[in-house]
Amino acid sequence: MIEVENLTKRYGRTTAVDGVSFRVQKGEILGFLGPNGAGKTTTMRILTCYLPPTEGTARVAGYDVLQSPLEVKRRVGYIPETPPLYPDMDVDGFLDFCAKIKGVPSASRKAKIDEAVEKTRIGDVRRKLIGQLSKGYRQRVGLAQAILANPDVLILDEPTAGLDPKQIIETRELIKSLGGGHTIVLSTHILPEVSMTCGRVVIINKGKVVAEDTPDNLTRRLRGAGALRVDVRGDAAAAAEAVRSVPGVLSVRARAESPETTTLEVEAEAGRDVRSAIARAVVSRGLDLLALQQVGMSLEEIFLHLTTSDTAHAEPPPPPPPASQEVTA
Amino acid sequence: MTALRNVWAIVEKEWRHYFGSPIAYVALMVWTLLFGIFFYFAFSLFLRQSMMAAQQMEFGGGPKMSLNEWLIRPVMHNMAVVALFLAPMLTMRLFAEEKRQGTIELLATAPITDLQIVLGKFLAAAGLYGLMILAGLLNLALIWYYAPTPPEWKPVLTGALALLLFGCCFIALGVFVSTLTRNQIVAGILSFCLFLGVWTLGWADDPSAGPVMRALAYLGVTTHMEDMVKGVVDLKDVVFYLSFIVFGLFLAHESVQSQRWRA
Repeated sequence: MIEVENLTKRYGRTTAVDGVSFRVQKGEILGFLGPNGAGKTTTMRILTCYLPPTEGTARVAGYDVLQSPLEVKRRVGYIPETPPLYPDMDVDGFLDFCAKIKGVPSASRKAKIDEAVEKTRIGDVRRKLIGQLSKGYRQRVGLAQAILANPDVLILDEPTAGLDPKQIIETRELIKSLGGGHTIVLSTHILPEVSMTCGRVVIINKGKVVAEDTPDNLTRRLRGAGALRVDVRGDAAAAAEAVRSVPGVLSVRARAESPETTTLEVEAEAGRDVRSAIARAVVSRGLDLLALQQVGMSLEEIFLHLTTSDTAHAEPPPPPPPASQEVTA
Repeated sequence: MTALRNVWAIVEKEWRHYFGSPIAYVALMVWTLLFGIFFYFAFSLFLRQSMMAAQQMEFGGGPKMSLNEWLIRPVMHNMAVVALFLAPMLTMRLFAEEKRQGTIELLATAPITDLQIVLGKFLAAAGLYGLMILAGLLNLALIWYYAPTPPEWKPVLTGALALLLFGCCFIALGVFVSTLTRNQIVAGILSFCLFLGVWTLGWADDPSAGPVMRALAYLGVTTHMEDMVKGVVDLKDVVFYLSFIVFGLFLAHESVQSQRWRA
Protein backbone atom coordinates (compact mmCIF):
# COMPACT_ATOMS: atom_id res chain seq x y z
CA MET A 1 0.00 0.00 0.00
CA ILE A 2 2.84 2.35 0.86
CA GLU A 3 6.23 2.02 -0.75
CA VAL A 4 9.00 4.36 0.31
CA GLU A 5 12.33 4.05 -1.38
CA ASN A 6 15.50 5.84 -0.49
CA LEU A 7 13.58 8.91 0.62
CA THR A 8 15.71 11.93 1.40
CA LYS A 9 14.68 15.41 2.47
CA ARG A 10 17.12 18.23 2.96
CA TYR A 11 16.34 21.65 4.35
CA GLY A 12 19.21 23.76 3.17
CA ARG A 13 22.21 22.17 4.79
CA THR A 14 20.46 19.92 7.29
CA THR A 15 19.25 16.51 6.23
CA ALA A 16 16.00 15.69 7.98
CA VAL A 17 15.37 12.35 6.29
CA ASP A 18 18.28 10.39 4.92
CA GLY A 19 17.67 7.48 2.57
CA VAL A 20 14.65 6.00 4.33
CA SER A 21 13.02 2.94 2.76
CA PHE A 22 10.12 0.87 4.03
CA ARG A 23 6.93 -0.76 2.87
CA VAL A 24 3.53 -1.08 4.46
CA GLN A 25 1.11 -3.81 3.44
CA LYS A 26 -2.60 -3.30 3.15
CA GLY A 27 -4.37 -3.41 6.51
CA GLU A 28 -1.15 -3.23 8.47
CA ILE A 29 -0.47 -0.85 11.38
CA LEU A 30 3.07 0.45 11.19
CA GLY A 31 4.62 2.25 14.12
CA PHE A 32 7.10 4.95 13.39
CA LEU A 33 9.32 5.30 16.39
CA GLY A 34 12.06 7.78 17.08
CA PRO A 35 13.16 10.62 19.32
CA ASN A 36 11.97 14.14 18.60
CA GLY A 37 13.60 15.54 15.50
CA ALA A 38 14.37 12.12 14.06
CA GLY A 39 12.51 12.86 10.84
CA LYS A 40 9.19 11.20 11.57
CA THR A 41 7.05 14.22 10.83
CA THR A 42 8.98 15.07 7.68
CA THR A 43 8.53 11.55 6.33
CA MET A 44 4.82 11.72 7.06
CA ARG A 45 4.52 15.10 5.42
CA ILE A 46 6.12 13.70 2.29
CA LEU A 47 3.70 10.77 2.31
CA THR A 48 0.77 13.18 2.50
CA CYS A 49 2.13 15.36 -0.32
CA TYR A 50 2.58 18.31 2.00
CA LEU A 51 6.31 18.41 1.29
CA PRO A 52 8.10 17.20 -1.80
CA PRO A 53 11.02 14.82 -1.27
CA THR A 54 14.50 15.97 -2.25
CA GLU A 55 15.42 12.51 -3.49
CA GLY A 56 13.84 9.10 -3.63
CA THR A 57 10.28 8.06 -4.26
CA ALA A 58 7.20 7.52 -2.16
CA ARG A 59 4.14 5.76 -3.51
CA VAL A 60 0.77 5.40 -1.87
CA ALA A 61 -1.61 2.84 -3.37
CA GLY A 62 0.60 2.81 -6.45
CA TYR A 63 0.47 6.59 -6.98
CA ASP A 64 3.64 8.64 -6.75
CA VAL A 65 3.45 11.61 -4.39
CA LEU A 66 5.11 13.89 -6.91
CA GLN A 67 3.43 12.74 -10.08
CA SER A 68 -0.17 12.32 -8.96
CA PRO A 69 -0.58 14.14 -5.65
CA LEU A 70 -4.34 14.48 -5.99
CA GLU A 71 -4.79 10.71 -6.27
CA VAL A 72 -2.60 10.22 -3.21
CA LYS A 73 -4.42 12.90 -1.22
CA ARG A 74 -7.75 11.31 -2.11
CA ARG A 75 -6.60 8.07 -0.46
CA VAL A 76 -4.88 9.44 2.62
CA GLY A 77 -6.33 10.68 5.88
CA TYR A 78 -3.84 12.64 7.92
CA ILE A 79 -3.59 14.23 11.34
CA PRO A 80 -0.52 16.38 11.89
CA GLU A 81 0.99 16.65 15.34
CA THR A 82 -1.30 19.50 16.29
CA PRO A 83 -4.66 18.74 14.72
CA PRO A 84 -5.46 21.43 12.13
CA LEU A 85 -8.73 22.88 13.35
CA TYR A 86 -10.56 26.15 12.93
CA PRO A 87 -11.29 27.36 16.46
CA ASP A 88 -14.16 29.56 15.31
CA MET A 89 -16.09 26.72 13.67
CA ASP A 90 -18.35 24.25 15.42
CA VAL A 91 -17.55 20.57 15.10
CA ASP A 92 -20.34 19.83 12.64
CA GLY A 93 -19.47 22.80 10.48
CA PHE A 94 -15.83 21.83 10.45
CA LEU A 95 -16.52 18.23 9.48
CA ASP A 96 -18.93 19.42 6.82
CA PHE A 97 -16.21 21.63 5.33
CA CYS A 98 -13.69 18.79 5.49
CA ALA A 99 -16.13 16.44 3.77
CA LYS A 100 -16.56 18.99 0.99
CA ILE A 101 -12.89 19.54 0.32
CA LYS A 102 -12.25 15.82 0.51
CA GLY A 103 -14.78 15.34 -2.23
CA VAL A 104 -17.35 13.33 -0.27
CA PRO A 105 -20.46 13.39 -2.49
CA SER A 106 -23.25 15.46 -1.00
CA ALA A 107 -25.68 12.54 -0.94
CA SER A 108 -23.57 10.54 1.51
CA ARG A 109 -22.02 13.49 3.35
CA LYS A 110 -24.28 13.47 6.34
CA ALA A 111 -24.01 9.72 6.78
CA LYS A 112 -20.21 9.86 6.60
CA ILE A 113 -20.05 12.66 9.16
CA ASP A 114 -22.35 10.77 11.49
CA GLU A 115 -20.23 7.68 11.11
CA ALA A 116 -16.97 9.49 11.86
CA VAL A 117 -18.56 11.27 14.84
CA GLU A 118 -19.79 7.98 16.20
CA LYS A 119 -16.47 6.18 15.73
CA THR A 120 -14.53 8.92 17.50
CA ARG A 121 -17.23 9.48 20.13
CA ILE A 122 -17.60 13.22 19.78
CA GLY A 123 -21.39 13.15 19.50
CA ASP A 124 -21.89 15.27 22.60
CA VAL A 125 -19.84 18.22 21.36
CA ARG A 126 -21.09 18.45 17.76
CA ARG A 127 -22.59 21.91 18.22
CA LYS A 128 -19.73 23.33 20.26
CA LEU A 129 -17.09 25.66 18.91
CA ILE A 130 -13.81 23.84 18.40
CA GLY A 131 -11.98 26.62 20.26
CA GLN A 132 -13.85 25.69 23.43
CA LEU A 133 -13.07 21.98 23.30
CA SER A 134 -10.55 20.23 25.53
CA LYS A 135 -7.37 18.85 24.09
CA GLY A 136 -8.72 15.31 24.07
CA TYR A 137 -11.81 16.27 22.12
CA ARG A 138 -9.78 18.31 19.67
CA GLN A 139 -7.55 15.34 19.00
CA ARG A 140 -10.62 13.25 18.35
CA VAL A 141 -12.13 15.84 16.05
CA GLY A 142 -8.83 15.70 14.17
CA LEU A 143 -9.15 11.95 13.95
CA ALA A 144 -12.77 12.23 12.81
CA GLN A 145 -11.62 14.55 10.04
CA ALA A 146 -8.96 12.04 8.98
CA ILE A 147 -11.30 9.06 8.73
CA LEU A 148 -14.16 11.07 7.28
CA ALA A 149 -13.69 10.19 3.63
CA ASN A 150 -12.95 6.58 4.52
CA PRO A 151 -9.40 6.70 3.16
CA ASP A 152 -7.34 3.59 2.43
CA VAL A 153 -4.39 4.97 4.34
CA LEU A 154 -4.34 6.80 7.66
CA ILE A 155 -1.27 8.74 8.67
CA LEU A 156 -1.29 9.78 12.30
CA ASP A 157 1.46 11.96 13.68
CA GLU A 158 1.62 11.41 17.45
CA PRO A 159 -2.09 10.76 17.81
CA THR A 160 -1.96 10.42 21.59
CA ALA A 161 0.28 13.39 22.40
CA GLY A 162 -1.11 15.47 25.22
CA LEU A 163 -4.00 13.19 26.15
CA ASP A 164 -4.77 11.89 29.62
CA PRO A 165 -4.24 8.16 30.30
CA LYS A 166 -7.89 7.26 29.78
CA GLN A 167 -8.04 9.10 26.49
CA ILE A 168 -4.78 7.50 25.40
CA ILE A 169 -6.24 4.05 25.96
CA GLU A 170 -9.41 4.99 24.10
CA THR A 171 -7.48 6.41 21.19
CA ARG A 172 -5.32 3.30 20.95
CA GLU A 173 -8.39 1.09 20.95
CA LEU A 174 -9.86 3.24 18.23
CA ILE A 175 -6.72 3.02 16.12
CA LYS A 176 -6.59 -0.73 16.59
CA SER A 177 -10.20 -1.05 15.54
CA LEU A 178 -9.46 0.99 12.41
CA GLY A 179 -6.60 -1.32 11.43
CA GLY A 180 -7.58 -4.03 8.99
CA GLY A 181 -9.91 -1.77 7.06
CA HIS A 182 -7.31 0.96 6.80
CA THR A 183 -3.58 0.86 6.40
CA ILE A 184 -2.19 2.92 9.24
CA VAL A 185 1.14 4.61 9.81
CA LEU A 186 1.45 6.19 13.22
CA SER A 187 4.37 7.95 14.76
CA THR A 188 5.09 8.19 18.42
CA HIS A 189 7.84 8.44 20.93
CA ILE A 190 5.80 6.64 23.53
CA LEU A 191 7.08 3.08 23.42
CA PRO A 192 4.35 0.96 24.96
CA GLU A 193 2.04 2.46 22.39
CA VAL A 194 3.93 0.74 19.62
CA SER A 195 3.92 -2.69 21.18
CA MET A 196 0.24 -2.27 21.98
CA THR A 197 -1.07 -1.08 18.65
CA CYS A 198 1.40 -1.79 15.89
CA GLY A 199 2.06 -4.91 13.93
CA ARG A 200 5.42 -3.63 12.82
CA VAL A 201 7.86 -0.97 13.95
CA VAL A 202 10.27 1.20 12.06
CA ILE A 203 12.76 2.84 14.37
CA ILE A 204 14.21 5.99 12.95
CA ASN A 205 16.99 8.14 14.31
CA LYS A 206 18.68 11.19 12.79
CA GLY A 207 16.78 10.62 9.59
CA LYS A 208 17.85 7.01 9.14
CA VAL A 209 16.05 3.76 9.69
CA VAL A 210 17.96 1.89 12.40
CA ALA A 211 15.67 -1.08 12.80
CA GLU A 212 12.52 -2.52 11.30
CA ASP A 213 10.58 -5.54 12.52
CA THR A 214 7.63 -6.64 14.62
CA PRO A 215 7.84 -5.46 18.22
CA ASP A 216 8.28 -9.08 19.38
CA ASN A 217 10.95 -9.87 16.84
CA LEU A 218 12.85 -6.74 17.64
CA THR A 219 12.91 -7.72 21.25
CA ARG A 220 14.05 -11.23 20.43
CA ARG A 221 16.56 -10.23 17.85
CA LEU A 222 18.33 -7.79 20.08
CA ARG A 223 18.73 -10.18 22.93
CA GLY A 224 19.45 -13.10 20.67
CA ALA A 225 17.68 -16.06 22.19
CA GLY A 226 20.00 -15.27 24.99
CA ALA A 227 18.87 -13.71 28.21
CA LEU A 228 17.50 -16.04 30.85
CA ARG A 229 16.57 -15.62 34.43
CA VAL A 230 17.03 -18.66 36.60
CA ASP A 231 15.79 -18.82 40.19
CA VAL A 232 17.45 -21.51 42.24
CA ARG A 233 17.16 -22.62 45.87
CA GLY A 234 20.60 -23.34 47.25
CA ASP A 235 24.11 -21.99 47.36
CA ALA A 236 24.78 -19.14 44.97
CA ALA A 237 28.30 -20.15 44.00
CA ALA A 238 27.28 -23.76 43.35
CA ALA A 239 24.33 -22.67 41.25
CA ALA A 240 26.47 -20.32 39.18
CA GLU A 241 29.01 -23.07 38.70
CA ALA A 242 26.31 -25.52 37.57
CA VAL A 243 24.89 -23.16 34.97
CA ARG A 244 28.29 -22.13 33.73
CA SER A 245 29.11 -25.71 32.87
CA VAL A 246 26.30 -25.82 30.30
CA PRO A 247 27.66 -25.50 26.75
CA GLY A 248 26.44 -22.39 24.98
CA VAL A 249 26.27 -20.25 28.12
CA LEU A 250 28.35 -17.11 27.73
CA SER A 251 28.11 -15.49 31.10
CA VAL A 252 26.38 -15.92 34.41
CA ARG A 253 25.74 -13.40 37.09
CA ALA A 254 24.34 -14.47 40.39
CA ARG A 255 22.78 -12.51 43.17
CA ALA A 256 21.34 -13.81 46.38
CA GLU A 257 17.71 -12.87 46.78
CA SER A 258 17.47 -14.33 50.26
CA PRO A 259 19.70 -16.67 52.31
CA GLU A 260 18.21 -19.64 50.47
CA THR A 261 17.40 -18.50 46.96
CA THR A 262 19.60 -17.15 44.22
CA THR A 263 18.73 -15.44 40.98
CA LEU A 264 21.02 -16.04 38.06
CA GLU A 265 21.12 -13.85 34.99
CA VAL A 266 22.34 -15.93 32.14
CA GLU A 267 23.45 -14.87 28.71
CA ALA A 268 23.63 -17.57 26.09
CA GLU A 269 24.78 -17.71 22.50
CA ALA A 270 22.28 -16.18 20.11
CA GLY A 271 19.94 -18.66 18.49
CA ARG A 272 20.73 -21.47 20.89
CA ASP A 273 18.09 -22.67 23.32
CA VAL A 274 19.90 -23.74 26.49
CA ARG A 275 16.90 -23.84 28.79
CA SER A 276 16.49 -27.58 29.12
CA ALA A 277 20.24 -28.10 29.58
CA ILE A 278 20.32 -25.54 32.36
CA ALA A 279 17.36 -27.16 34.08
CA ARG A 280 19.08 -30.56 33.99
CA ALA A 281 22.38 -29.14 35.19
CA VAL A 282 20.78 -27.38 38.16
CA VAL A 283 18.74 -30.37 39.24
CA SER A 284 21.59 -32.86 38.81
CA ARG A 285 23.68 -30.84 41.31
CA GLY A 286 20.98 -31.33 43.91
CA LEU A 287 19.69 -27.77 43.70
CA ASP A 288 16.03 -26.89 43.36
CA LEU A 289 15.00 -25.09 40.22
CA LEU A 290 12.32 -22.56 41.13
CA ALA A 291 11.90 -20.65 37.89
CA LEU A 292 13.38 -20.45 34.44
CA GLN A 293 12.37 -17.56 32.27
CA GLN A 294 13.37 -15.96 29.02
CA VAL A 295 13.88 -12.24 29.50
CA GLY A 296 13.30 -10.01 26.51
CA MET A 297 14.64 -6.54 26.30
CA SER A 298 11.77 -4.12 26.61
CA LEU A 299 11.06 -1.94 23.63
CA GLU A 300 12.17 0.96 25.76
CA GLU A 301 15.63 -0.53 26.14
CA ILE A 302 15.88 -1.37 22.46
CA PHE A 303 14.87 2.11 21.57
CA LEU A 304 17.37 3.74 23.88
CA HIS A 305 19.99 1.30 22.75
CA LEU A 306 19.41 1.88 19.07
CA THR A 307 19.09 5.59 19.24
CA THR A 308 21.88 6.40 21.64
CA SER A 309 24.75 4.28 20.39
CA ASP A 310 26.20 4.82 16.95
CA THR A 311 27.09 1.23 16.14
CA ALA A 312 23.72 -0.05 17.11
CA HIS A 313 23.75 -3.28 15.14
CA ALA A 314 27.22 -4.45 16.02
CA GLU A 315 27.25 -4.08 19.78
CA PRO A 316 25.51 -6.35 22.27
CA PRO A 317 23.01 -4.61 24.52
CA PRO A 318 24.43 -2.75 27.50
CA PRO A 319 24.62 -4.70 30.73
CA PRO A 320 21.66 -4.44 33.11
CA PRO A 321 22.07 -2.27 36.20
CA PRO A 322 24.64 -3.60 38.69
CA ALA A 323 23.27 -6.15 41.08
CA SER A 324 24.37 -6.87 44.60
CA GLN A 325 27.04 -9.45 45.20
CA GLU A 326 28.13 -10.14 41.67
CA VAL A 327 29.72 -13.35 40.55
CA THR A 328 30.78 -13.05 36.98
CA ALA A 329 32.09 -15.82 34.84
CA MET B 1 -17.29 20.32 -11.73
CA THR B 2 -15.30 19.09 -8.76
CA ALA B 3 -13.03 22.09 -9.23
CA LEU B 4 -15.97 24.45 -8.89
CA ARG B 5 -17.27 22.56 -5.90
CA ASN B 6 -13.88 22.81 -4.21
CA VAL B 7 -13.61 26.53 -4.88
CA TRP B 8 -17.12 26.98 -3.55
CA ALA B 9 -16.30 25.02 -0.39
CA ILE B 10 -13.46 27.46 0.30
CA VAL B 11 -15.64 30.48 -0.44
CA GLU B 12 -18.32 29.16 1.89
CA LYS B 13 -15.80 28.54 4.66
CA GLU B 14 -14.32 32.04 4.35
CA TRP B 15 -17.76 33.59 4.40
CA ARG B 16 -18.62 31.61 7.46
CA HIS B 17 -15.52 33.09 9.01
CA TYR B 18 -16.22 36.64 7.86
CA PHE B 19 -19.75 36.54 9.24
CA GLY B 20 -18.90 34.46 12.28
CA SER B 21 -16.50 37.16 13.40
CA PRO B 22 -16.89 40.93 13.56
CA ILE B 23 -14.87 41.45 10.35
CA ALA B 24 -17.77 41.43 7.91
CA TYR B 25 -19.96 43.61 10.12
CA VAL B 26 -17.24 46.16 10.82
CA ALA B 27 -16.33 46.35 7.14
CA LEU B 28 -19.97 46.70 6.08
CA MET B 29 -20.67 49.26 8.77
CA VAL B 30 -17.64 51.43 8.06
CA TRP B 31 -18.29 51.25 4.34
CA THR B 32 -21.98 52.15 4.46
CA LEU B 33 -21.44 54.81 7.11
CA LEU B 34 -18.74 56.55 5.08
CA PHE B 35 -20.75 56.10 1.92
CA GLY B 36 -23.65 57.81 3.66
CA ILE B 37 -21.49 60.66 4.97
CA PHE B 38 -19.85 61.31 1.60
CA PHE B 39 -23.21 61.08 -0.05
CA TYR B 40 -24.67 63.60 2.36
CA PHE B 41 -21.88 66.13 1.86
CA ALA B 42 -21.87 65.73 -1.89
CA PHE B 43 -25.60 66.10 -1.87
CA SER B 44 -25.66 69.28 0.18
CA LEU B 45 -22.94 70.74 -2.00
CA PHE B 46 -25.00 69.85 -5.02
CA LEU B 47 -28.08 71.53 -3.54
CA ARG B 48 -26.21 74.77 -2.82
CA GLN B 49 -24.64 74.82 -6.25
CA SER B 50 -27.88 74.13 -8.01
CA MET B 51 -29.58 76.84 -5.98
CA MET B 52 -26.94 79.30 -7.13
CA ALA B 53 -27.25 78.03 -10.65
CA ALA B 54 -30.98 78.58 -10.49
CA GLN B 55 -30.43 82.18 -9.39
CA GLN B 56 -28.06 82.70 -12.29
CA MET B 57 -30.62 81.21 -14.61
CA GLU B 58 -32.88 84.14 -13.87
CA PHE B 59 -30.24 86.36 -15.36
CA GLY B 60 -30.07 84.23 -18.45
CA GLY B 61 -28.37 80.92 -18.28
CA GLY B 62 -25.72 79.17 -16.23
CA PRO B 63 -24.28 75.68 -16.26
CA LYS B 64 -26.67 72.77 -16.34
CA MET B 65 -25.90 70.55 -13.39
CA SER B 66 -26.01 66.80 -13.65
CA LEU B 67 -26.50 64.60 -10.62
CA ASN B 68 -24.06 62.14 -12.09
CA GLU B 69 -21.29 64.64 -12.29
CA TRP B 70 -21.90 66.42 -9.01
CA LEU B 71 -23.08 63.66 -6.77
CA ILE B 72 -22.34 60.16 -7.93
CA ARG B 73 -18.86 60.65 -9.33
CA PRO B 74 -17.30 62.30 -6.25
CA VAL B 75 -18.86 59.70 -3.97
CA MET B 76 -17.41 56.89 -6.07
CA HIS B 77 -13.99 58.49 -5.93
CA ASN B 78 -14.15 58.86 -2.18
CA MET B 79 -15.22 55.28 -1.80
CA ALA B 80 -12.17 54.18 -3.76
CA VAL B 81 -10.10 55.72 -0.97
CA VAL B 82 -12.13 53.85 1.61
CA ALA B 83 -11.52 50.63 -0.33
CA LEU B 84 -7.82 51.32 -0.01
CA PHE B 85 -8.18 51.15 3.75
CA LEU B 86 -10.69 48.33 4.00
CA ALA B 87 -9.23 45.88 1.49
CA PRO B 88 -6.30 44.85 3.75
CA MET B 89 -8.85 44.08 6.46
CA LEU B 90 -10.53 41.59 4.18
CA THR B 91 -7.40 39.91 2.88
CA MET B 92 -4.77 39.99 5.60
CA ARG B 93 -5.85 36.86 7.42
CA LEU B 94 -6.74 34.72 4.41
CA PHE B 95 -3.48 32.78 4.30
CA ALA B 96 -1.60 34.19 7.29
CA GLU B 97 -4.14 32.76 9.71
CA GLU B 98 -4.14 29.33 8.05
CA LYS B 99 -0.38 29.23 8.41
CA ARG B 100 -0.41 30.32 12.02
CA GLN B 101 -3.10 27.83 12.97
CA GLY B 102 -1.48 25.04 10.99
CA THR B 103 -4.72 24.54 9.08
CA ILE B 104 -2.85 25.16 5.85
CA GLU B 105 -1.71 21.57 6.33
CA LEU B 106 -5.33 20.46 6.22
CA LEU B 107 -5.94 22.31 2.97
CA ALA B 108 -2.65 21.23 1.45
CA THR B 109 -3.25 17.55 2.15
CA ALA B 110 -6.86 17.57 0.97
CA PRO B 111 -7.49 16.60 -2.65
CA ILE B 112 -7.81 20.18 -3.85
CA THR B 113 -5.28 22.17 -5.83
CA ASP B 114 -3.48 25.29 -4.68
CA LEU B 115 -5.18 27.22 -7.47
CA GLN B 116 -8.59 26.26 -6.13
CA ILE B 117 -7.60 27.42 -2.66
CA VAL B 118 -6.28 30.76 -3.95
CA LEU B 119 -9.34 31.32 -6.15
CA GLY B 120 -11.72 30.39 -3.35
CA LYS B 121 -10.12 32.84 -0.97
CA PHE B 122 -10.04 35.61 -3.55
CA LEU B 123 -13.68 35.11 -4.51
CA ALA B 124 -14.73 35.07 -0.86
CA ALA B 125 -13.11 38.45 -0.20
CA ALA B 126 -14.29 39.86 -3.53
CA GLY B 127 -17.80 38.64 -2.77
CA LEU B 128 -17.90 40.42 0.56
CA TYR B 129 -16.52 43.54 -1.10
CA GLY B 130 -19.24 43.30 -3.75
CA LEU B 131 -21.83 43.10 -1.02
CA MET B 132 -20.37 46.24 0.54
CA ILE B 133 -20.72 48.09 -2.77
CA LEU B 134 -24.32 46.97 -3.12
CA ALA B 135 -25.07 48.15 0.41
CA GLY B 136 -23.55 51.53 -0.43
CA LEU B 137 -25.61 51.84 -3.58
CA LEU B 138 -28.74 51.84 -1.42
CA ASN B 139 -27.93 55.50 -0.71
CA LEU B 140 -28.19 56.26 -4.38
CA ALA B 141 -31.56 54.55 -4.54
CA LEU B 142 -32.81 57.53 -2.52
CA ILE B 143 -32.19 59.83 -5.45
CA TRP B 144 -34.36 57.76 -7.72
CA TYR B 145 -37.03 57.85 -5.11
CA TYR B 146 -37.01 61.62 -4.58
CA ALA B 147 -35.45 63.31 -7.62
CA PRO B 148 -37.98 64.78 -10.08
CA THR B 149 -35.68 63.95 -13.00
CA PRO B 150 -33.76 60.80 -12.12
CA PRO B 151 -30.09 60.70 -13.03
CA GLU B 152 -28.77 58.41 -15.69
CA TRP B 153 -28.45 54.90 -14.30
CA LYS B 154 -25.74 53.71 -16.64
CA PRO B 155 -22.91 55.77 -15.14
CA VAL B 156 -23.96 54.54 -11.70
CA LEU B 157 -23.60 50.95 -12.81
CA THR B 158 -20.29 51.52 -14.55
CA GLY B 159 -19.09 53.47 -11.52
CA ALA B 160 -19.97 50.53 -9.30
CA LEU B 161 -18.20 48.24 -11.74
CA ALA B 162 -15.12 50.45 -11.62
CA LEU B 163 -15.19 50.38 -7.85
CA LEU B 164 -15.53 46.60 -7.89
CA LEU B 165 -12.71 45.99 -10.37
CA PHE B 166 -10.49 48.50 -8.62
CA GLY B 167 -11.08 46.87 -5.23
CA CYS B 168 -10.54 43.39 -6.65
CA CYS B 169 -7.05 44.44 -7.77
CA PHE B 170 -6.27 45.26 -4.16
CA ILE B 171 -7.84 42.04 -2.97
CA ALA B 172 -5.83 39.93 -5.41
CA LEU B 173 -2.65 41.67 -4.32
CA GLY B 174 -3.70 41.31 -0.67
CA VAL B 175 -4.21 37.56 -1.09
CA PHE B 176 -0.65 37.38 -2.38
CA VAL B 177 0.78 39.39 0.51
CA SER B 178 -1.11 37.21 2.98
CA THR B 179 0.72 34.14 1.68
CA LEU B 180 4.06 35.69 2.60
CA THR B 181 3.72 35.71 6.37
CA ARG B 182 2.07 33.91 9.23
CA ASN B 183 1.37 37.18 10.98
CA GLN B 184 -1.91 38.87 10.04
CA ILE B 185 -0.82 42.29 11.21
CA VAL B 186 2.32 42.17 9.11
CA ALA B 187 0.24 41.06 6.13
CA GLY B 188 -2.21 43.90 6.75
CA ILE B 189 0.44 46.60 6.98
CA LEU B 190 2.40 45.29 4.01
CA SER B 191 -0.75 45.10 1.88
CA PHE B 192 -1.72 48.64 2.80
CA CYS B 193 1.72 49.98 1.88
CA LEU B 194 1.67 48.10 -1.38
CA PHE B 195 -1.83 49.34 -2.25
CA LEU B 196 -0.81 52.88 -1.43
CA GLY B 197 2.22 52.51 -3.69
CA VAL B 198 0.11 51.26 -6.57
CA TRP B 199 -2.33 54.06 -5.91
CA THR B 200 0.25 56.82 -6.00
CA LEU B 201 1.55 55.59 -9.35
CA GLY B 202 -1.55 57.20 -10.78
CA TRP B 203 -0.34 60.62 -9.59
CA ALA B 204 2.39 60.50 -12.21
CA ASP B 205 -0.32 60.90 -14.80
CA ASP B 206 0.73 64.19 -16.32
CA PRO B 207 0.62 64.85 -20.07
CA SER B 208 3.98 66.66 -19.90
CA ALA B 209 5.76 63.78 -18.16
CA GLY B 210 8.30 61.56 -19.86
CA PRO B 211 7.56 58.09 -21.22
CA VAL B 212 8.74 56.28 -18.08
CA MET B 213 6.45 58.28 -15.87
CA ARG B 214 3.60 57.79 -18.29
CA ALA B 215 4.17 54.05 -18.24
CA LEU B 216 4.21 54.03 -14.45
CA ALA B 217 1.07 56.10 -14.37
CA TYR B 218 -0.57 53.57 -16.63
CA LEU B 219 0.04 50.94 -13.97
CA GLY B 220 -1.66 53.11 -11.37
CA VAL B 221 -5.00 51.56 -10.50
CA THR B 222 -6.81 54.88 -10.20
CA THR B 223 -6.07 56.17 -13.69
CA HIS B 224 -8.29 53.52 -15.23
CA MET B 225 -11.28 54.44 -13.14
CA GLU B 226 -11.92 57.90 -14.58
CA ASP B 227 -13.73 56.95 -17.75
CA MET B 228 -15.71 54.20 -16.17
CA VAL B 229 -17.00 56.43 -13.41
CA LYS B 230 -18.11 58.85 -16.12
CA GLY B 231 -20.06 56.06 -17.72
CA VAL B 232 -17.67 55.01 -20.45
CA VAL B 233 -16.54 51.42 -20.25
CA ASP B 234 -13.37 51.21 -22.29
CA LEU B 235 -12.23 47.68 -23.04
CA LYS B 236 -8.61 48.59 -22.35
CA ASP B 237 -9.46 49.63 -18.79
CA VAL B 238 -11.37 46.43 -18.13
CA VAL B 239 -8.52 44.41 -19.58
CA PHE B 240 -6.08 46.34 -17.40
CA TYR B 241 -8.02 45.53 -14.25
CA LEU B 242 -8.57 41.90 -15.16
CA SER B 243 -4.90 41.37 -15.97
CA PHE B 244 -3.94 43.09 -12.73
CA ILE B 245 -6.18 40.69 -10.81
CA VAL B 246 -4.87 37.66 -12.68
CA PHE B 247 -1.32 38.79 -12.01
CA GLY B 248 -2.00 39.16 -8.28
CA LEU B 249 -3.57 35.71 -8.11
CA PHE B 250 -0.72 34.26 -10.12
CA LEU B 251 1.75 35.66 -7.59
CA ALA B 252 -0.31 34.23 -4.75
CA HIS B 253 -0.45 30.82 -6.40
CA GLU B 254 3.27 30.75 -7.08
CA SER B 255 3.98 31.84 -3.54
CA VAL B 256 1.81 29.08 -2.04
CA GLN B 257 3.48 26.48 -4.24
CA SER B 258 7.03 27.65 -3.72
CA GLN B 259 6.62 27.69 0.03
CA ARG B 260 5.97 24.01 -0.08
CA TRP B 261 9.23 23.44 -1.90
CA ARG B 262 11.17 25.61 0.48
CA ALA B 263 9.29 24.72 3.66
